[in-house]
Parts: sequence; C-alpha cells; structure tokens
Amino acid sequence: MLNATYIVLIPLLPLAAFLLLGLFGRKYFKNSSGIIATILLLAATVLAMYTAYGYFFEYGKVNGIYEKLVPLKYTWLQFSEGVSIDMGVLLDPITCMMLLVITFVSLMVHIYSLAYMKGEKRFATYYSFLGLFTFSMLALVLSSNIFQIYIFWELVGVSSFLLIGFYYDKPSAVAACKKAFIVTRFADLGFLIGILMLSFYAGTLDFNTLVERLTSPGSAELNTALSSSFMGISALTWAMILVFMGAAGKSAMFPLQIWLPDAMEGPTPVSALIHAATMVVAGVFLVARLFPVFALSAPEALQLVAYVGAISALLAAIIACTQTDIKRILAFSTISQIGYMMFALGVSKYGGESGLGYTASMFHLFTHAMFKALLFLGAGSVIHFIHSNEMKDMGGLRKYLPVTHITFLIACLAIAGIPPFAGFFSKEEILSAAYQNNIIIYWIGLFTSGLTAFYMFRLYFGIFWSKAPSLKERAGGEAHAHGEGGFAMLLPLILLGIGAAAAGFIPFGNFVSSDGTPLESPFHLNMTIAPVAFGLIGIFFAMWLYKKQNNKPDKIAASINGLYKAAWNKFYFDELYLFVTKKILFNLVARPAAWIDKNVVDGLVNATGNTTMFISKKIKGMQSGKVQQYAAYFLVAAIAMAVLFIYWWK
Amino acid sequence: MMQPGLYHILFISTALFFIGVFGFFTRRNLITMLMSVELILNSVNLNFIAFNKYLWADKLDGLFFTIFIIAIAAAEAAVAIAIIINLYRSHHSIDVDNAEEMKY
Repeated sequence: MLNATYIVLIPLLPLAAFLLLGLFGRKYFKNSSGIIATILLLAATVLAMYTAYGYFFEYGKVNGIYEKLVPLKYTWLQFSEGVSIDMGVLLDPITCMMLLVITFVSLMVHIYSLAYMKGEKRFATYYSFLGLFTFSMLALVLSSNIFQIYIFWELVGVSSFLLIGFYYDKPSAVAACKKAFIVTRFADLGFLIGILMLSFYAGTLDFNTLVERLTSPGSAELNTALSSSFMGISALTWAMILVFMGAAGKSAMFPLQIWLPDAMEGPTPVSALIHAATMVVAGVFLVARLFPVFALSAPEALQLVAYVGAISALLAAIIACTQTDIKRILAFSTISQIGYMMFALGVSKYGGESGLGYTASMFHLFTHAMFKALLFLGAGSVIHFIHSNEMKDMGGLRKYLPVTHITFLIACLAIAGIPPFAGFFSKEEILSAAYQNNIIIYWIGLFTSGLTAFYMFRLYFGIFWSKAPSLKERAGGEAHAHGEGGFAMLLPLILLGIGAAAAGFIPFGNFVSSDGTPLESPFHLNMTIAPVAFGLIGIFFAMWLYKKQNNKPDKIAASINGLYKAAWNKFYFDELYLFVTKKILFNLVARPAAWIDKNVVDGLVNATGNTTMFISKKIKGMQSGKVQQYAAYFLVAAIAMAVLFIYWWK
Repeated sequence: MMQPGLYHILFISTALFFIGVFGFFTRRNLITMLMSVELILNSVNLNFIAFNKYLWADKLDGLFFTIFIIAIAAAEAAVAIAIIINLYRSHHSIDVDNAEEMKY
C-alpha cells in the first residue's frame, strides 16, 4: 500500500488534460480534445477504483476500524513549529467514496459532451476547463491539510466560474458566473476566519492532528477553545459556525442559495457535473470531514447545520413546484437534496449506532450523484432535441426519446424514494436517523419527500406525457426531429441508470461511518412505510394534475395565489440581495469609498503636481536670456561668498 | 607733495573695477562690454602690483602674475572679437539685447 504515488496521479491526469488542451488545444487538438480528455479521465477512473478497492478491501481496515491514512505528505510552507501548510494525501472512507463518485460522474460527463458539445467552436477550451474542475475537486477530497482544502476549494470555485460563463457573449451567463463566484467567495471569508481560529486553538493545520486535539476529552487545546467565549458561545463553536458558513455557500444552503439556479446558464453537462453531483457536495464533504469536532465539541453548531439543511430542503422543494424551466427545477431539487444531506449530518451523533445520520448522509450523497447527474444529462438530451429549456415547449416526448424517457423515469423514481431504486434506501436511512434524534426535522423531511415526488413527477409528466403542440409549433418553430442523439449521449444515461437502480443495494454502513467502525444498516420495515406513502401520494397527485393537459393546476395555483406567487418568485431572495447590495452596500460603503479615492487620494497626488508646476513657473523667470542679468547674479554671489569666507568662516 | 601710499592705489583700482563692472552691466554694444572687461582686468593688475611693491618688496610674484593676466587678457580679447563677429553674422547687430535665444 505504502507505494502510494499512484494516488497522486488521480488528480494529476485531469490537470494534464487541462494544461495540454488549454495551451495547445485550440491549435493542434481541435477535434480530438474530447477523446484525449476522456482517455485521461478513464485512466484516472481506473486508478480511483483501484485505490478505493485497495482501501476498502485490503489495507484500510486496521483492527476492524477504517483508519484515516496519510500515505503522502510534503511540508510546503512552515509558519512555526507546529503550523505548516502541507500538501498531502489523506485516505479515508469518505475520500475513497468521493474519488469514485467524482471520477465516474466526470467520465460520464466527458463522454456525454463528446456528442452534446460537438460543433462548438471552443471545444478544446471546454474540455480543458472540465479537466481543471476535475483536478481541483479530486485534490480537494484528497487534501490532508485544512489550508490545502481551502486552496482547492477556491480553485473549484474558479472552475465553476469559468464553466458557468462559458457562453461569455450571453449577458445572463456573465451575470450568473459573477454572482456564483461572488456569493461563494463571500462565504469563503467565513471559512477562512474559521480556519484561522481552528488553527490558532489547535496549533496545527493538519486534519488528523486538528481533529484529535479538538476532540480528545482532556486536551489542553480543547479546553482553551471552549473556555474563551464571545456573546455566550464558545470560540470553538464560532469557528465551526464560520466553517459551516463556507460550506453553506458552496452547497447553496439557505440563505446563500441564490447562485445555484442562475448557474444553470452554463452548458447542461457542466450543470450535471458541477452543480449536481460534485462541487455542491463539497460543503457536505467538509462538514463530514470535520464531523468529530462538530459532534463532540461544538454540538450547537451541529444544530445550526441541521436546521439550515432542513429549511433549505423545504424551501427549495416549495419553489421547485412552481418553476417552468426544467433546469431550474433540477437546480432547486439539488438544493433540496443537499439540504437532506446536511440535516442528516446535523442530527447525527458520533460513534456506533448513533452515527447513523453520518452514514445516511454519505450514502445519499453517493446515490444522489447518480440520479441527479442522470436527471441533468437526460434534461440535456431533451434540450438538445427541442432546443428550448421551457416546459411549455415540451410534452409527449416519450415517442421521440425512448432511452431518455426510461432512464429519466428511473431517476425520478429514485429521487422520489420508491423501492427498489437507490434513493429509497438512502432517504429511508436519513429519515430514520432524523426520527431518532429530532422529530421536527423528521416531519419536515417527510413532508419534503412528498413535495419532491410531486415536483419531480410534474416535471416528468410535463416533458414526456401531457399533450403537446406539434413539433412544428415548438420553441417558435425551432424544433425539428433529428433523433435522440448519438451513442455518446445515450451510454452515460444507461450507465447512470444502472447506478441509480442498483446503488441502493450497497451495504454502505459497512464502509462509511462516523468513527470508522462498520455499521449494520438497520432496515426497519415500519420506518419505510411513511416515506414511500408520501412519495406515492406525490406521484399520484402529479399524475392527476399533469398527465393529461387540463386546467386543474391553474385552478389550484389561483386558489393559493399568495403562496404561489411568492414561490414562483423564489421567495424574493434575489430581490432582497439586490436591494441590500445596491441600496445599502453601494450607497453607504462603495460610493463614499470611491469619492475618497477620487478626491482625497488622487487629489493629494494632483496637488503635489500642481504645486510643483506653480513653483517652477515662478522660478523660470530667472532664465531671461540676458547675459548681463546672468553676470549680475554672478557678481552678487561672488561678493556673498567673499563675505562669507573672509568674515565668518573660522 | 605726499608720497602715494598703498591705500591710494587700492582706491584707484577699486574705483576702476567698479566702473568696469558698471560698464559691463549697462552697455548695449558688445565691443564696449569687451572694453569694460579689459578695464576690470587692468584694475586687478594694479591691485597685484600695489601689493607686490608695498608688502612683498623683495619678491616678484605679483609682477609675474600681472604679466600672465596681460597675456591672457589679450588672448581673451581675440576670442571675444571672434565670437562677436560670429554673432554679427547671424543677428546682423551687435546689440546684446538681441541675443536672447536662451530665454525660457
């Protein structure tokens, strides 16, 4: 095992793709960039599978507990005796799981984009950005040092910015990528302050050492961190709340969820990769990574995590019921499902049976990656066919897109939590964990799962079933029947469909748990009835309203007009943020600052210049061109010097 | 008649010096300015000879320096005339107020 250098290759192969295609792609690899990137990523996927197999089945389990192994570590910047930024690799059950998820979904997206982005002028640039993203995300999960994770966190944000704004001549795309970057960057401020506080109290930046020092019951660092308090909350809890702020920003949790729906401006495979399966779960991953500290030393922060997750899940589900752009619906669905993952972590305790929430959250992350990526790629297939994102242009597409139809149906059933698909198992575990610890969150989760089934099947029936305008009338006459899209688009759908169907049967608790000891996945039959019942109610309600075209939805919308309008406007969060930034920040902070810069700072510099010019104008009169005047100055000076030297010089 | 003392000769040489300086500052004709310069140089000569005779009677340093100054004055006058002739060729005038090109 300890010859672990091949693990470093896993992120480095996509980095090579980024550099190669970024530097030379436009000129030399115009058409082959997709193949090159896909092959490199295939190699990375194989290596990731080999690593994960080795970890889970060969060397990871030491005395029956999955250890956090650090096979590689390189000290990079040493600040003091214990505090240094190292670049290292940390192997851990969640890391290996994430390696599998990221490489697999990225591979599917790479293959899919071969067909979806064909004919795009900046084909090579697209694949180089995908390579950059995959590299950053893989390096993020492999990080052994909290500052290293911050570096790759920012890099992931940059890649997301580049990919959302890929169609840079669309002003909406440019606005969206700026918004995403600024919101996540603002959240990262909290993350950075949290890192600084944690490293101050623990005296180290290394994950294993930090977690150990801040969780072992008698440690000195823990005592100092808990005893200093500010406004009644201990410093350690503040640090964890700030770190969670970073996680919430990246994972689009309430109230920082505003960037994710707009991020749908990017190409659809990008949405599948970044904003569904991988980047947005980085926040969940971070909370999971620091879970021992949250659970054992800062339980109030964990409460905050739970409630924020639950609120996000519910809010996003309500909004998703009213949206008409299919990608926006899927974006809100993502926010909702990540809310599930967050509150599952939030209600979990550390160790053994009570750590069920942790396992459930990670399991849901795994299955969600499968079915959400599948949903997005399926949506991409539909968009590719219809050339429009709006539900009003769709309907009755099951005749034209058979493979997409079946795989989309599988994904919808998975997300709704219908057995035997993957989502059923993970959602049931989450709700069991919530039931054991926090009944309010349990009921919120249950109600949201009903809403989830409802809006997903509203989407499904709206695309594939309800009667539709003829092909000629769609999207302003733009649509035309050109078949489903090549093999490159269908293969990923099929593979992800298999994943969404089968992933539920993996005994996840044996591999991933809060303290490393295998957890028997408890399958209580009576706990499964409620979620499945709510799911089925949601599905049949959606079927009743949307399978055939009728006016019942409009009547229902009219009857709850206030709530409907608020949900349709995404509860006015964007307007609120715009108000705060424009009216308050710009007017009270930015304008005075700009005034000072222009008038005081520039004014000072200009004044120096003007004074110099004024003095020089007065002095230049001395040079008059008259020789006799010069001679006069000469004489006066000579006399002065004579007086000085004869009478005063001693 | 009183024997001329050192101060009498110094008075004359100072007077001649400042007459020369005044002439240099106020005359417009370049050649007249040159004549004033000669006057200044000669006044300095007188100064040297006076100090030589009255203070260091047994040495000849002042005498030698005076002869140097006479020679140099002659050379300098030749150069100055050459400059004036050149200036006349471009300005067609030997009025010093017309040669103001070096004004700011």
